[in-house]
Amino acid sequence: MNAIDIHRKLEENAGLLIFGILFVSAIGGLVQILPSIFQETVEPTADTRPYTAAELLGRDIYIREGCSTCHSQQVRPLLAEVIRYEAPAHAGESVYDRPFLWGSKRTGPDLSRVGEKYTDEWQRIHLIDPRAVVPKSIMPAYPWLERRKANARNDVHLRMKALQRLGHPYSDEEIARAADDVAGMTELDAIVAYLQSLKIDTSVDQSEGGH
Amino acid sequence: MKILSSGTYSDRLVSYSVIFSLIWSILGMAAGVYVALELVIPTIDFGQEWLSYGRLRTLHTNAVIFGFGVTALMGTAFYSVQRTCHVELFSPRLAWFCIIAWQFTVLLGGLSLLAGWNAGKEYAELEWPIDILIAVIWVCFGIVFFGTIAKRKVKPIYVSNWFYGALIIVIAMLHIVNSLAIPVTISKSYSLFAGAQDAVVQWWYGHNAVGFLLTGGFLGMLYYFLPKQADRPIWSYRLSIIAFWAFTYSYIWAGPHHLHYNAIPDWVQTLGMVMSIILLAPSWATMVNAVMTVSGAPQKLKTDHSLKFIVLALAFYGLATFEGPMMAIKSVNAVSHFTDWTIGHVHSGALGWNALITFGTFYFLVPRLFNTQLYSKRLADIHFWLAISGTMLYILAMWGAGISQGLLWLSLGDLGELSYGFREIMASMQPYYILRVIAGLVFLSGAVVMIYNFFRTIAGRKTATVQIPAPSTASEQQVTV
Ligand code: HEM
Ligand code: HEM
Repeated sequence: MNAIDIHRKLEENAGLLIFGILFVSAIGGLVQILPSIFQETVEPTADTRPYTAAELLGRDIYIREGCSTCHSQQVRPLLAEVIRYEAPAHAGESVYDRPFLWGSKRTGPDLSRVGEKYTDEWQRIHLIDPRAVVPKSIMPAYPWLERRKANARNDVHLRMKALQRLGHPYSDEEIARAADDVAGMTELDAIVAYLQSLKIDTSVDQSEGGH
Repeated sequence: MKILSSGTYSDRLVSYSVIFSLIWSILGMAAGVYVALELVIPTIDFGQEWLSYGRLRTLHTNAVIFGFGVTALMGTAFYSVQRTCHVELFSPRLAWFCIIAWQFTVLLGGLSLLAGWNAGKEYAELEWPIDILIAVIWVCFGIVFFGTIAKRKVKPIYVSNWFYGALIIVIAMLHIVNSLAIPVTISKSYSLFAGAQDAVVQWWYGHNAVGFLLTGGFLGMLYYFLPKQADRPIWSYRLSIIAFWAFTYSYIWAGPHHLHYNAIPDWVQTLGMVMSIILLAPSWATMVNAVMTVSGAPQKLKTDHSLKFIVLALAFYGLATFEGPMMAIKSVNAVSHFTDWTIGHVHSGALGWNALITFGTFYFLVPRLFNTQLYSKRLADIHFWLAISGTMLYILAMWGAGISQGLLWLSLGDLGELSYGFREIMASMQPYYILRVIAGLVFLSGAVVMIYNFFRTIAGRKTATVQIPAPSTASEQQVTV
């Protein structure tokens, strides 16, 4: 019986064909994904902590507006890239990122080290009207961020609770006072807080490389 | 002599899916042109949230992939599985449900994206309520498809059905795993995976959504409609078997090429790179098989519009599946990653391969489904030239933009300082972005010409019902097409 004959069996039996496809296509994913679940748990770097209530809301706005369709958050260990953006990314820096926001397109610059590079005021003007500070910028303006309360739906504690269930080390007390922490903040305040939190972890030994 | 068995094919739902798919193609591509224009004139969102680039771009990718692409795949899968199995669909009602519920889901999904519901993972942006709808419809799609195969009147399962079958099974697996999340509110959830692990899972999904939907699903279309239209059996049956299994096995491994030099383990990146290069073999094996099949019908290629589109699509398929493995090489990816080169690669696949083969297939289907002749061959010719020029211009503009971006970003002066600032490089992209807008308009206007042509075709129709021919006695694969 040659290979073609064996295949004829597969091809005359729908159940076998389904099983064959499932089996053959599952292998690659299992090999690549399972080790990351059971073996290679990534430890947070020393400066990496869960997002504060304001930063978390800001990050969720960043996701909502699709900022990651234009901005990466991943400095690759290439010489020019390290000069431009500083330290390359370390896996331990994104352990609290659900989902990860490394991005696949850099229409605008990388943002993973943008924290404290500009003042809060610069960030606010830039988000409301990018061309007021970067004349040739093609970034969209986000005027509505200033008009909306960050916790308008009063769900920031629910967000933190969900993350707590997933293992983020929030204390119950932190969750309980989250709504107060962000009371009165606009969406603009929240996203600026998030952007300012994106800093280099100086505790990481850069000679170790990216991971 | 053909003996007719009783019963008719369920073809009305195929006609509808063609129409729905065409509507999505126009909406999706119009959104594409609009976001392309936003990169030239950033103020044309008029301060409106729903017109904002980040939301509209996500609508673009979802409308073209899930609206245009998947609807076309569902319709053509239902059309071809009946004919290759010589039976009516298993549960036409459930098939109707799939087609209609899918339109509703994509519409709801599109609106939710504009409203800012976004899970934040590429090509899996839709939030959890919509993810659940997708999973339910997908299972129904599988039931109809494999149910039809189970009651087939011919023994072998024709090769197009393996590809459509792989589309259904693998996408179900990827979608369910990658969408696992904890809901917070109706419009917000957090991924079960975090950071680097999320990245590996996401690109396992993302790459294979490309692999089994945009590539494999459309190969199913190719394997049915190309031999049908060329009126020749597939050149090598043996090659189609080898190519199918090699494709199914190796594609899954290649996801990490989206994460080169990112913070994931080196061994995963290297595996992704090697498997991507290997992938060139099954990809091109299929192309060779298809080219040899048409080369037996050179006359037809000159006169038949459907076939012309399908063969042109094959050329772009060859280009994209060659370019892809090259971009998967780490040193090339160092330049191409994050740039418009990726966008050019995407659209040589999306416009050149997915859209063109779908258009070719629709030129085949519309006159048959409505039992009439195509209204105008001249308009189809015009469409052909608009499609080829739009695609070429798009790719060339993005090669120009992407390669210069990649090189300028990495360029260092004598003292090891950066040669160019980011903003300078960004501003220099304008001419390319303007060309891309023009390319998009050209491609889109071709599609509008096609729709007008179909509209006139259908306006002069008589409705057709086709009787199911009994299977021929020879059990050979080829004759079952
Ligand atoms: C009129 C034709 C089209 C135009 C003008 C157009 C334009 C665009 C633009 C401007 C982007 C964003 C690029 C960026 O991030 O810098 C994009 C992304 C994308 N488009 Fe299109 N598009 C068109 C047709 C299509 C079609 C037919 C498909 C699929 C079948 C498609 C699939 C995609 C995908 C998958 C992306 C995301 C690429 C990535 O993230 O790497 N497009 N398109
Ligand atoms: C052998 C076949 C192929 C290989 C090995 C391959 C490889 C690649 C590589 C290396 C990238 C760039 C990843 C990055 O730097 O971010 C990419 C991106 C992409 N390719 Fe392919 N490609 C192949 C065929 C295709 C085809 C036929 C399509 C059809 C439409 C396609 C669609 C895409 C899309 C949509 C992306 C963008 C993903 C994103 O970043 O959003 N590819 N591919």
